[in-house]
Amino acid sequence: MLASQLDNNLTVYVQDDPTFPASISHRIDDTSLEFSYRNAIEIVPTLIRLKNDSENESRIFGWDKQQWQEFTGIENLGAELIDFKPGCGSKTQDPGMDELLALKYGNQQFSARRVDLAESEDIMEACFERGWSDGLPVVPPTTVRVMRMLSGTDRNADEMLGNIPPDNIPCTIEKLAINAVMAGCKPEYFPVVIASVEAALQDRFCMHGLLCTTYFSAPVMVINGPVSKQIGMNSGVNALGQGNRANATIGRALQLVVRNVGGGIPGGIDRATMGNPGKYSYCFAEDESDSNWNSLAMDRGYERGDSVISLFAGGGLQAIIDQQSREPESLAKSMAASLRGVAHTKLFGMVDAILVISPEHRRIYREGGWSKADVKQALYEELMTPGTELVRGANDIAEGMPEKFRDIVLNKFQEDGLHIVSAGGTAGMFSAIIDGWAASGSLGSQIVSQKIL
Amino acid sequence: MTSQTTLLDPTAELMPVERQLLPRLSELAGATIGLLDISKPRGKEFLDEIEKHLLKLGARVKRYTKPTFARVAPTELSQQISVECDAVIEGLAD
Repeated sequence: MLASQLDNNLTVYVQDDPTFPASISHRIDDTSLEFSYRNAIEIVPTLIRLKNDSENESRIFGWDKQQWQEFTGIENLGAELIDFKPGCGSKTQDPGMDELLALKYGNQQFSARRVDLAESEDIMEACFERGWSDGLPVVPPTTVRVMRMLSGTDRNADEMLGNIPPDNIPCTIEKLAINAVMAGCKPEYFPVVIASVEAALQDRFCMHGLLCTTYFSAPVMVINGPVSKQIGMNSGVNALGQGNRANATIGRALQLVVRNVGGGIPGGIDRATMGNPGKYSYCFAEDESDSNWNSLAMDRGYERGDSVISLFAGGGLQAIIDQQSREPESLAKSMAASLRGVAHTKLFGMVDAILVISPEHRRIYREGGWSKADVKQALYEELMTPGTELVRGANDIAEGMPEKFRDIVLNKFQEDGLHIVSAGGTAGMFSAIIDGWAASGSLGSQIVSQKIL
Repeated sequence: MTSQTTLLDPTAELMPVERQLLPRLSELAGATIGLLDISKPRGKEFLDEIEKHLLKLGARVKRYTKPTFARVAPTELSQQISVECDAVIEGLAD
């Protein structure tokens, strides 16, 4: 009826079956979805009334008999049909379709150089052969994947984040997105990845020196706040281990950026004597289930509701077993004794550390009425040590503190050098120490935090 | 065969997009050079001549032979050459 009344003034664009409806002559095949995309169709059917040049078009969606009759001015239009059907989602709204159509018909331009692979090249191998990988397979950064990654942020693709060491190469959001794709990130992780780079570029983190060092250290990431649950990060069982995509890929993305954009290649500018396995990725979320226990981000001045990433220049993992302590005093002494082992039992005030406390050890402190500040204070007091025990030659060990410290009482950690984080599964009276860089402190690297926006 | 794939360059784009050759040797004196005969007729004569020149330049030479020119070298042979030599010259002949 609509077709017969409107005669040549009705055109039907069809997204799926171009032979339907056969009764209408002005039928245009839009299986490519170009018209639908360009006209921002979200619901089918959408009826568009084009007006004179001076007037805007108007639209109605789905089928509302009365609305269609008023809109078209045809009184008895569809009189035999039911009154209302809401319509369906346009095919342009199918998952993943928006980015594909944006690439084909949209305005997105990439600044990055395009690398065309030969037909015979295996895509995964091609990434290895071009030196883009940390040794593990990377997700090939196709345009559509990069487009999807960019959808994870409101920031412009050409926005400059800063210069990535060691080559001090300017890095855009787009370049970061390419590397985040390769690391295996989902677009929803991208704001965390952006914040990780911003944190790494803070001067006090000293990313350049950290990369060049012969020491073991590399960026260790701790994620706080609601974002960690929103993107499904692991702060529980095996939190520092494998198996969680967000933990694994966010840490890896920063490493790939430093490698690919900054030019930080092992054996090149990266001179680590041994390195550590965390240089693939070292990223975990803090367990914030205990509202009486302050998070790392709160220690660093943020609110509990803030999503924050902290970067620490750290290395491997040293275990603390204590299955016997039932009183906070004993457990604190026990942890302090293990903390003396960071870097060397006779080197003090030099290497920072993160103490990762498990839920069972946290329970001992909680049941004893201790706050995190109480734990820190007890550790501080336990770790005061006379220089006579630490100087070079003491205990028949040549290594140690310079002779000038003989008559001074020293603390194992410099001020703000020991950080406490909660993580881990609920079974196991084990905690852990992540030891810092031998160049910890204001002349080397200090922990940095960045709000995730 | 796969269809053409285009990737976006993740690097600083300081190098040409084409795959790069491995670094060349800076000098031949003291280097061990493998000579790989691909098993085509006259390959041996060609490589004998190359060997004379290399020895004159102070290089050490090791000789290898592929079982057949029709196939790529067996992995074991490639690995052996990579462990024993600093560079390899493949003797094509016809």
